Amino acid sequence: MWQFFHKLGSPKWFYGIATRLMPWLLVLGLLCLGAGLVWGLAFAPKDYLQGNSYRIIFIHVPSAFLAQSVYIMMASAALVTLVWRMKLADVFVKAAAPVGLVLTFISLFTGAVWGKPTWGTWWIWDARLTSMLILLFLYGGVIALDRAINDEKSAARAVAVLVLVGVVNIPIIKYSVDWWNTLHQPATFKLTEKPSMPAEMWVPLLLSVIGLYLLFGWLACLRMQTEILLREQRTRWVQELVHGSVSFNGGAR
Amino acid sequence: MAFDSFGAFLTMEGHGPYVWASYAVFFLLMAVLMIGSYRRRNAVLQSCRQHAGSRSPRAPKPDSDTAPAATASFTRVDVSQD
Repeated sequence: MWQFFHKLGSPKWFYGIATRLMPWLLVLGLLCLGAGLVWGLAFAPKDYLQGNSYRIIFIHVPSAFLAQSVYIMMASAALVTLVWRMKLADVFVKAAAPVGLVLTFISLFTGAVWGKPTWGTWWIWDARLTSMLILLFLYGGVIALDRAINDEKSAARAVAVLVLVGVVNIPIIKYSVDWWNTLHQPATFKLTEKPSMPAEMWVPLLLSVIGLYLLFGWLACLRMQTEILLREQRTRWVQELVHGSVSFNGGAR
Repeated sequence: MAFDSFGAFLTMEGHGPYVWASYAVFFLLMAVLMIGSYRRRNAVLQSCRQHAGSRSPRAPKPDSDTAPAATASFTRVDVSQD
């Protein structure tokens, strides 16, 4: 167990694993997302109430779902950074934050565009939308704070604390549709219940969620590799890697 | 197919602009993020290679592509933090 933990903390070991994993994540992710979106756009039946505008759900829900998941993953990593001082955890937080920012923006944007034909307004200051906007600012804050501090260790600690404080926003986002009156519809997927939509709608939705998850995995691996290279460029293994005496098949020659 | 024709697929009974705008933004941002991240990793790999080439005590192989970099004296490549 402890040996595994040690390995997990080793940037070199992670770099190699990531290189081997990434082609699978990319191909499977694109396949799932592509299948889900084509199915959702062209083949799923139209909604009896919302018409065709509901097809935005196939990108809105996956990106909103991922935006929150990524934050929870970052918070777990932040905890590891604070407790065990594991370098890779901090690398993950830095690699994932910009991805989370983009996903949150996509979910807000697609939500606004979906809101116009459905609710008659682009934006309202209700609980779900506002807490999602706060998530966007949290991601922005994490990125800004990391850039503002030059010392790597102080930056890691400050960012970890900010991420952990911000995690209080996640249950607020999740339960906002139950706690307050809102225009936003309740969750599509619940762990305990069958989805309220027919299978021709929720299967493609699930496919796009899985696809986007896999693509996030690919992005996280790639961006973590970048951060690792930047931090470890003076070490022996990176020099051996770039000169070809160590090969992790593909990516790096 | 949920639509009778390709035209109907594009207009989506009036909801076309909303649906397509959402998908366009999604694809655009994801593509920028993915291609950008990929390019940046490769750029960092390249800069590591040049770094190592200019600092390595071993003489670079004459036919390797790091040779020109080795003749440049000690260039520090600054890469942004994102």
